[in-house]
Amino acid sequence: MRAERSVRRHLTVTMVAAVLAGLLVLAQAELLAGVLSGRFTAAALGALAAVVGVRALLAWTQGVFAGRTATGVKSALRHRLLARLGELGPSRLTGHRSGELVTLTGRGLDGLDAYLTGYLPSIAVAAVVPVAVLVRLFAADLGSAVIVLITLPLIPVFGALVGMTTKAVTERQFHALSRLGGHFLDVVRGLPTLRAFGRARYQATVIRQVADAHRSATMRTLRVAFLSSLVLELCASLSLALVAVPIGLRLLGGSLDLTTALLVLLLAPEAYLPLRAMGTRFHASMEGVAAADAAFAVLDDAAGDPPGATRPYAGHGAPEIRLENVTVRYPGRDEAALENVTLTIAPGERVALVGESGGGKSTLLHLVLGFLRPSEGRVLVDGADLTELDLDSWRAALAYVPQRPHLFTTSVADNIRLGAPGATLEEVRRAAAAAHADFVDGLPEGFDTVVGERGANLSAGQRQRVALARGFCRPGATALLLDEPTARLDGRSEAAVVAATAELARGRTAVIVAHRPAMIDLADRIVRVHEGRVVSDTTRDRPARPGGDDHREPQGVASLPEGSAR
Amino acid sequence: MNRRMGTRLAWAVLAGAAADLAGLGLIAAAAWLITRAAQQPSLAALSVAIVATRAFATGKGVFRYAERLTGHDVALRAQAGTRERLYEALVPPQRPRHGGADLLSRMVDDTEAVQDLLVRALLPAAAALLTGLAAVVIGLFVLPVTALVLVAGLVVAGVLLPAATAAAARRWSARIAPARAALAARVADLVHGSADLAAYGAGERALSGALAADESLAALERRQSRVHAAALAVGTLAQGLTVAAIVLLAQGAGAGSVATAVLALTALVSFEPVLPLAAAGERMAGITAAIRRLREVRAAAPAVTEPAAPAPVPSAPLTVEVEGLVVRHPGAARPALDGVSLRLTPGRRVAIVGPSGAGKSTLLAALMRLVEPESGSVRVNGADLRDLSGDDVRTLMTGLTQDPYIFRTTLRDNLRLAGPDADDERLTAAVREARLGPWVERTGWDAELGEDGRTVSGGQLQRLALARALLYDPPVLLLDEPAEALDEETADRLMADLLDVIRERTTVLVTHRLKGLESVDEVVVLDEGRVVQRGRHDELVAVPGYYRDLWESEALTRR
Repeated sequence: MRAERSVRRHLTVTMVAAVLAGLLVLAQAELLAGVLSGRFTAAALGALAAVVGVRALLAWTQGVFAGRTATGVKSALRHRLLARLGELGPSRLTGHRSGELVTLTGRGLDGLDAYLTGYLPSIAVAAVVPVAVLVRLFAADLGSAVIVLITLPLIPVFGALVGMTTKAVTERQFHALSRLGGHFLDVVRGLPTLRAFGRARYQATVIRQVADAHRSATMRTLRVAFLSSLVLELCASLSLALVAVPIGLRLLGGSLDLTTALLVLLLAPEAYLPLRAMGTRFHASMEGVAAADAAFAVLDDAAGDPPGATRPYAGHGAPEIRLENVTVRYPGRDEAALENVTLTIAPGERVALVGESGGGKSTLLHLVLGFLRPSEGRVLVDGADLTELDLDSWRAALAYVPQRPHLFTTSVADNIRLGAPGATLEEVRRAAAAAHADFVDGLPEGFDTVVGERGANLSAGQRQRVALARGFCRPGATALLLDEPTARLDGRSEAAVVAATAELARGRTAVIVAHRPAMIDLADRIVRVHEGRVVSDTTRDRPARPGGDDHREPQGVASLPEGSAR
Repeated sequence: MNRRMGTRLAWAVLAGAAADLAGLGLIAAAAWLITRAAQQPSLAALSVAIVATRAFATGKGVFRYAERLTGHDVALRAQAGTRERLYEALVPPQRPRHGGADLLSRMVDDTEAVQDLLVRALLPAAAALLTGLAAVVIGLFVLPVTALVLVAGLVVAGVLLPAATAAAARRWSARIAPARAALAARVADLVHGSADLAAYGAGERALSGALAADESLAALERRQSRVHAAALAVGTLAQGLTVAAIVLLAQGAGAGSVATAVLALTALVSFEPVLPLAAAGERMAGITAAIRRLREVRAAAPAVTEPAAPAPVPSAPLTVEVEGLVVRHPGAARPALDGVSLRLTPGRRVAIVGPSGAGKSTLLAALMRLVEPESGSVRVNGADLRDLSGDDVRTLMTGLTQDPYIFRTTLRDNLRLAGPDADDERLTAAVREARLGPWVERTGWDAELGEDGRTVSGGQLQRLALARALLYDPPVLLLDEPAEALDEETADRLMADLLDVIRERTTVLVTHRLKGLESVDEVVVLDEGRVVQRGRHDELVAVPGYYRDLWESEALTRR
């Protein structure tokens, strides 16, 4: 809030400086007219120089404070956007929207610069300076003042008229333009494919044709769009001629003195200038307005959870996790992601969630993590409703490996101790060893190796094992939640991850979303989720596997929950 | 740039200068008219000035309109030319660059810098120069000493100031770019890593890291805005003080009120096109950087050297012999391929397996002549690939490459790029062979496929790429990880279909899945660029080694 107050102060200083600089042009015209007509002596040039000096100072002030305003507003919006990201939570940050958010928070907000440093001050100037000029003109020469008064409104009126008549045309054409504009990028991106089929050279002619089409379409648009600026330019310059010629004639007749005439000549353009400047800046700031709209759309998005409860989770040992008639609906979708699911996972039980992608498995994990709240029904851990628990304390009992774990641009060690910032290097090493992440020692700087952006210098299997090591680095965790940890891995990496997972699941309640048979093999119980419903729930007879040490008696098919039509 | 382009450019400059000159003429004529009228001459003495005032007023608007149209036309043509040259530079196989998709978008954005350069810098500068010259010439005729003062003022505002802002912008953008990148990385961490952060209670720490990055960027930007502020102030000073000095000199020289007024007002107005050049200078840092990047791309040597006189294309059936092939990526310590040999007789199907980074895709790139071997050779019917033109090689050996691309056009056109002359019957056949028939029926041939093929699932994308390869029907079919990034069931189905389709074709199949490889003629196991094992599937499974390990762990994962 304090930051936002100071932004408001900076903006005020910017606008006041801009308006004062605009008003000083009147003083400058006054002095110049006086000197040129001979009314003032050359000594008045000193005053003129002083006015110019003050104007320069005001311009500097305006520039500096405009910069402060812009950075202040951008920082404030960024703070609120980033804080909002946390509130939205991971399950609402999926899909292509996340990329848009990154761009918006970074470069997108820079579009506001033109709006804040150019357009806003120009509004203030346009509101004050033309009025001041008119008042001075009325005092000096009624005839000229009337001409300016009549022609001045023509600028916004014509601007609006031309804008309205051309709006439909330009919008249609800009739509076509954006398609054509994207063509080049599309072709360049697909160049390896074109090359593979011998079409790369041929596309050069297509590019030329599209560029020609793009240009003629653009020019058609511009011919109309620039009409408005033609009208404005003509309005302003013809008005000047309209003012100058009668003044000349009246001077000839002796009904006007030279000082007034020169003053009018110098002042008249200053009445039009602020309006035209505002128009130009308005166009330049449209991008910023769009960015601000996008930012506020994110900030105002009502989708958010009520503030979390504060009762700490006080479980000891592996928790029992129970879903009671849980239904989850995502906003904007007709079908429920989960529908009336009831499931009880006993302490220490290892459950594999299987089924086609999009069936609701990840949604189920997100529920248990508290990323999502059920639309209907309850999620209970050790009998306590998750909505009544302090989520941070519950999550502290979890080890979670998402489908695509995110590695942060920091050292491997810091990535592993993400959930335990106080862990010593020895503890980190042990966690890595348990996760079969022995490759870390082979990295150029071992555990101090900085991971590239999004783990760029590690393979998918290595990233997955670093994520598992995160889980091991939280020895206090009593439950394990894994989301397809072996998707996209080759056989050797998969075997290592499976072995590490088996280790991590020991003595913990484990819920594992699994595709690959080896992973499914780890589970005591297989729950198949299809189209948001649990369609089968099998407690397994565990086959003897090499290295498999625990055997259980077959328990047959557990009671099927309601809604298991198949 | 050809001559017609030069003519267009000249017209744009002239239109811009004419608009500015009309503005100058308007104020000069009006100033003359008023001060002269005050001396009460006959009306006839003023008539020329009256006409001139009106003519300049009209001309200013019309010329400005013409300038904007011609300027944008020239700029768009220049941009189209830049894009064409960039594209032509990218057509020959490229050495891999860092940055991938982002780099390509930036390259495309960079081509817009040329437009900026013309519309925002060069054309206004040329017009400002002509206008300044005209004002100086007026000064020379009326009172030469004032012309000197005007030149000094215009040089400060129009040359020194833009040069200073350009230099400052260059220095600042070098400091701001890393801060911006740091912030972007922190924000990306917060967004893409939100699940990890929330689950491990690390959200607060990451947020404060991002806010700190924002604060340091904001501090730099605040300091950078002082450059802009100082430029505004200096411009204002230069204009005002020049006018004051000219009036002082003119009055001191007893030039008379008409001459003084004309000199003062033309000087005042001659700064109007000059003052925006300081802002153009600030933009120049970005523009020159973009142009330099484009020039570097164009100057980069292609990955392979084309023969001066390409040998005739061998005709099918083809026998491909790879002998002791060594390929090293630029800057890499270890060769990507280290002495690989391989023989492909007509109809033979070879599978290449091995861990990622083993050199599998590099081998295919060498066969498609996308990389230059360090030593060893690839021969087709005895002809060395080095003696053939790269385009010819790719008519012989091509297929499903890494990361196939779906263009933003119709399904039909996406397929037809591999067979521009193919009739509907052949298109349908290729689609059927790729087991894509039902999907095509559902989607429709004329459906627009979305950006990056967003409306196409991973499995459909690979099948569409396979259909392209089958439509192109090269004598030697190359398939690079066709089941990459597919879920288990889709991958199994696709591989089964694929092994069926290639039954009659000479094929090199790169894969990391061993299921179904019983049916290929040879399996080559690559590791660290070397062939570590080769033979038929059953032979390789029978002996200890990488292949058997892989087979066993895959069997384990399959139940």
